[in-house]
Amino acid sequence: MGDDQVFKALADPTRRHLLDRLFERDGRTLTELESELEMTRFGVMKHLRALEDAGLVVTRREGREKLHFLNPVPIRLIHDRWIDKYTEHRVAALADLKHELEETA
Amino acid sequence: MTTLTAQTTQVYSVFIRATPEQVWEAITKPEFTQQYFYGVRIELRGGRRLSAMGDAEWDEEVFEAEPPRRLVHQWISAYDPELAAEEPSRITWEIEPQDGGVTKLTVVHDRLEGAPKTAEQVAGGWMYVLSGLKTLLETGRPLGG
Repeated sequence: MGDDQVFKALADPTRRHLLDRLFERDGRTLTELESELEMTRFGVMKHLRALEDAGLVVTRREGREKLHFLNPVPIRLIHDRWIDKYTEHRVAALADLKHELEETA
Repeated sequence: MTTLTAQTTQVYSVFIRATPEQVWEAITKPEFTQQYFYGVRIELRGGRRLSAMGDAEWDEEVFEAEPPRRLVHQWISAYDPELAAEEPSRITWEIEPQDGGVTKLTVVHDRLEGAPKTAEQVAGGWMYVLSGLKTLLETGRPLGG
């Protein structure tokens, strides 16, 4: 799966919101995800399909239910493309500083 | 940042330009695993999954092995004494051929109810391992090497 699909999938606020919901709690059904969005079931399905095509969401059947899981690996691959193990420490230090300052502000 | 409860079922998936046989080899042969799995030499023998890292050695039960499509085994976080004391969890590797010479590899880490610290810590590890495995199979070189 290409990076293009990942960036395209992430470029939409509704799709980022769906990923946020899954990040909070993984393994959710379409019905659960739909109940938190002002959108038709069909609309949510379309967005989930785009996320699945980009590899950002993986679905699994458990009994009668189809569960949606956040797959962070494509985002990690983008990370690894531009951040190597030597620069990672500096990047992490700056990210930590930002969180620290913004939380105490 | 919000504090989140770690998930008791975690799913990681990656598309790799390689055959299912190559992926199977890369996850079951020590000469491959040591290049992307934190230097751990892993092999399957006698229904066990044997791991060796430096002087440390440990082994886990293999529940199912269907080369080159499916491997299910126990997981013990033996690399860290605190995590190793937790209950064993379970790993399922699913290897599915796709169109165009691409293989989809999915790792499901579940039964983590009795291993909350492991559940919290493995996410970064799986992403690193799968990214490294993809790079190794596609370029013949380890990640960042």
